[in-house]
Amino acid sequence: MTAVPEPEVGPVAVEAPQSEVTVQVEDPAIESRGLTVSYGKKVAVREMSLRIPRRRVTAIIGPSGCGKSTYLRAINRMNDTIPSCRTQGELLVDGEDVYATGVDPVLLRRKVGLIFQKPNPFPKSIHENVAFGVKLHYFATKEETESVVRAALVQANLWDEVKDRLGDGALSLSGGQQQRLCIARALAVEPDVLLMDEPCSALDPIATAKIEDLIFELKKDMTIVIVTHNMQQAARVADYTAFMYLGRLVEFNRTRDLFEKPREALTENYITGRFG
Amino acid sequence: MEWAFAGLFGACIVVAIAVLAILLGSVVVEALPYLTPSVVLNFASHRPETAGYAAAIVGTAWVVGLTLLFSLPLGMAAAIYLEEYAPRTRLTRLLEAGVSNLAGVPSVVFGLLGLALFSRLLGLGFSILAAALTLTVLVFPYVVITTQEAIRAVPRSIREGALAVGATKWQTIRRQVLPAAGPGLLTASILAASRAMGESAPLIVLSSVIFMTFLPLDPMDPFVVLPVQIYGYIGLPQEEFRGVAAAGIVILLAMLLSFNSVAVLARNRMQRRRW
Repeated sequence: MTAVPEPEVGPVAVEAPQSEVTVQVEDPAIESRGLTVSYGKKVAVREMSLRIPRRRVTAIIGPSGCGKSTYLRAINRMNDTIPSCRTQGELLVDGEDVYATGVDPVLLRRKVGLIFQKPNPFPKSIHENVAFGVKLHYFATKEETESVVRAALVQANLWDEVKDRLGDGALSLSGGQQQRLCIARALAVEPDVLLMDEPCSALDPIATAKIEDLIFELKKDMTIVIVTHNMQQAARVADYTAFMYLGRLVEFNRTRDLFEKPREALTENYITGRFG
Repeated sequence: MEWAFAGLFGACIVVAIAVLAILLGSVVVEALPYLTPSVVLNFASHRPETAGYAAAIVGTAWVVGLTLLFSLPLGMAAAIYLEEYAPRTRLTRLLEAGVSNLAGVPSVVFGLLGLALFSRLLGLGFSILAAALTLTVLVFPYVVITTQEAIRAVPRSIREGALAVGATKWQTIRRQVLPAAGPGLLTASILAASRAMGESAPLIVLSSVIFMTFLPLDPMDPFVVLPVQIYGYIGLPQEEFRGVAAAGIVILLAMLLSFNSVAVLARNRMQRRRW
């Protein structure tokens, strides 16, 4: 990919001069090259090449079954837990192929967090949920752990709601709070990338708005990739949007350009609601 | 129509409970005159008025305790392997089928195995240790199957949540899956203890001593357990030994129920924290 000098935009994303609706990403946080993921004989993601910009929010949209969640889970090798799943091609995080031999998925997942569709707090206390990752990776004292837990809960906009009941069971929280707790749990190990797999699909509009606010704040420090079936949500939170269909990347662009000036007829049909 | 089915099913449970109640009632009535401190404190005897269960109670505690000590870690580890680590191959399925079938093998067969393997081949003789090892093999499949079910009941989302913050497979199992499966693990120990406590046939094969007159203090000591002692007393000619045997049944049930109620209480405490 040729470098296009355009310093105002910075090293993160530069628009190619030849067309106003294509986008080139320099120094991507994540890059896939010809990534194919299949379950047995079924191909879920086909030859997907995408460069995901650093410290921006990138949404992946597309109809159900288009492979967007599979692609997302390929990034932190969560698909490894499915025995029939095979991954081919390259997937670079910070320039390193995470599917190269010798890469430890455990270390990768510390750097690349994942938030799930349904909030999945552990059946333990609020404190224990957030402290879990810290205790795994560091020999932290009680005070250090407490300060990390506090910082993560503050960052996840949950601290004020739970500060007086950190010892309570996480399952006593509301769905939206549980999801923010899961985000805090991920933030506690200080990831560079946060993957979110339809994080709001089980939440009401108010809880959804809180998560979206949180995404705005978090993108200052980390790269966020969010899979959503909700196009309004993509339009609200994402700087960049990728549209997938039947396991392929159809179009990737700045969110506004993708929604206002889609290049592909397929994209246009999807975002105008002609199928989905 | 609805009430007819409700009545039919209700009658079934009433019949089952009634049979159990009559059985228990008649045992307790028969045992009552013999339920004295001496029946607990005395050793076995040919005279009904001095016959007791001291050696059998201590023997049961030894045998069941050692059986749990061996079978729970072994069975749970095997279950963790089968559920979490074993590749989904034909061999694994064969292993699982083997374990399930083992649960259906008559217990006398385990006694013969114990006799050949532990008593003779390993030279443990007719000791508490040989008995406990034999019962370990016997309860092993129950522990494996119950633990497997408990592990399987832990939602996938809990494992994924742990993996996603960078836990290794073992950390995920140790810190999330097993604690979440805790109630099921206690069920496994209840089943194992109940089976082990009630077994007599394999231990008769292992020459459990019916008239033992000292307390076993060492795993290599000879042994007698409650079911075998009860069986021994019933075989004696005097009419009064029926009462002594009934008292033994009450003691056995009391031991079993007290162990199980502790486990059930612990399980209920754990179950309050669920996903």
